[in-house]
Amino acid sequence: MTTKKRKERLDRGIKVRSDDIFALTSYREMLYVAVPSVLPVAVLLILPLILPTYWQKVLISTSVFAILAMSWDFLVSVGMVSLGQALFFGVGGYLAGVLDHHLHLPIWLTIPLATVLGGGLCTVCLVPVLRLRGIYFAMVTLVLPLMIERIIEATGFLGGTEGLTGLKPFPSIYAELYLIVAAMLLVLFAVRRMMSTDYGLVLRAIQENDRSVMSGGINIYYLKAQALFLGGCACSFCGAFMTHVYMFVGMPAFALDYSILPIASAVVGGMGTFAGSTLGAFILVPLSEALRGIGGLRTVIYALSLTVFIVALPEGVFHYIQRKYKQFERWVEVER
Amino acid sequence: MTSPSPHSEKSVLLSVRDLSKSFGGVKAVTGVSFDVREGELLGIIGPNGSGKTTLVNLITGFITPDSGEVVYRGRNITGLMPYRIARLGIARTFQMVRPFTALAAFKNLIVPLFSPRVKSLSGGRYGDRDAVAKDLLEEVGFERESSVTYKPAGSLPHGYLKRLELAKCLALRADLIILDELFSGLSIAELASIVPVIEKLVVEGKTVIMIEHRLRELFRIANRVVVLNFGTVIAEGIPSEVMQKDEVKQAYLGSED
Repeated sequence: MTTKKRKERLDRGIKVRSDDIFALTSYREMLYVAVPSVLPVAVLLILPLILPTYWQKVLISTSVFAILAMSWDFLVSVGMVSLGQALFFGVGGYLAGVLDHHLHLPIWLTIPLATVLGGGLCTVCLVPVLRLRGIYFAMVTLVLPLMIERIIEATGFLGGTEGLTGLKPFPSIYAELYLIVAAMLLVLFAVRRMMSTDYGLVLRAIQENDRSVMSGGINIYYLKAQALFLGGCACSFCGAFMTHVYMFVGMPAFALDYSILPIASAVVGGMGTFAGSTLGAFILVPLSEALRGIGGLRTVIYALSLTVFIVALPEGVFHYIQRKYKQFERWVEVER
Repeated sequence: MTSPSPHSEKSVLLSVRDLSKSFGGVKAVTGVSFDVREGELLGIIGPNGSGKTTLVNLITGFITPDSGEVVYRGRNITGLMPYRIARLGIARTFQMVRPFTALAAFKNLIVPLFSPRVKSLSGGRYGDRDAVAKDLLEEVGFERESSVTYKPAGSLPHGYLKRLELAKCLALRADLIILDELFSGLSIAELASIVPVIEKLVVEGKTVIMIEHRLRELFRIANRVVVLNFGTVIAEGIPSEVMQKDEVKQAYLGSED
């Protein structure tokens, strides 16, 4: 009897029938399944403590863009292509500003209120166009934030071009860091969990074939409005959060960046998994910051690297890593 | 347009009255009227472009008619949203089969099982949707616990996709099931397994409307057929009689004359 060795995939024997059901028999196998979610969480919780101040700020904006990207990804998976994440972001930002500036509410009230009211307000704004599909819906979402920006500029409403200043700050940068990182992780795990329930399944089905969903007796407009509210709340939270980080809210809250960068993040990271959108934000935002030293050619290099990502890994970085991780092999002894 | 028929003793479930719809200058459906009685299997036939699918879309609310009305169980349902019509118990299949490709076959049925109609029919509870879905697939001819049940719907063969479409109607517990060219593209063997499923539905008291091109198979199971041509009803009656009519021969089977 000779002992020979052959290669075997690590997930062999763990996977049962589908990708999300596992039969775990040892700590090593549990580790294999747990590492992809536990490791990034651990890193994200330690990072705020070890980063220098400048990169702490980068982590904050990265997390914000990660949430915006997940929200975009979520809306897409329900069949709504939004080109206006800035709408949700800006509305949340201004609501927090108004609640602070005019009503003098404490920060622990302005942010939750702005989150929910922002989600609601944006939903109300977009309900009339929910029947539009694809590019028609996208155009409306693109136009709304630009329009609001101009209205604020022209009428001087909400502080006009000056914005609202002197808003309450967070007690410390660690409060900012841990709040936004926790929020990002919460959104990530909550939306992933939700999409695997029957409710999430029906939402995803709307994207694929809304007529078939309707003939299943399901009011897709009501479900889309719900999705819009959830996605809107996540972005409005970011807006409200950043208002207090900057202690200021102004027209830049409706800037195109907040609409475009989340889309780029989701595309680079890989759509449909939400972890991909997060990863995309964690690639693009720090990359953009790191290139800041280069000067004039920054945008060019940034655009080039974006193109490289999309051409080389059209499926998205996350899908690529996920596939490779599942293909990890080990040597096992076989008896002959 | 209602002619006396052997089924007249049964009550009318769906009544289409003088329905018209044009797209731009094209009159897709013009003044179509017919009744569907409870428990019957009505075939709707006609050459390509005669307005059959438009008619289905008009009945199920995907298109609003220019004039005329659709009455279901005595209630005017013209202009209602498709999901409202579905909730009243009218289910349909689509000519172009487009399943939820990424979902496992049985998970496709979660969508209609999620409908409030199913909840209210099950006494306010949804129950174990996965289990119900697997049972339904078995009813339409998926082998129990076979791998096809768990495969992504996008990878299923055509015959299974057609059965899946039918299962979606069953999942909604519809009283009126409209099958838009369910038989198209099916092999003789696949037909042989799906026809009994439809026959069983009728035995169980469901009402079925079948839009079909495969006349031989349809005539074997249909109680009555309506013949459309250029958007109007040119004949109506039991299959064997309808095919004897001159206008039908000319319009629809001219070459076989």
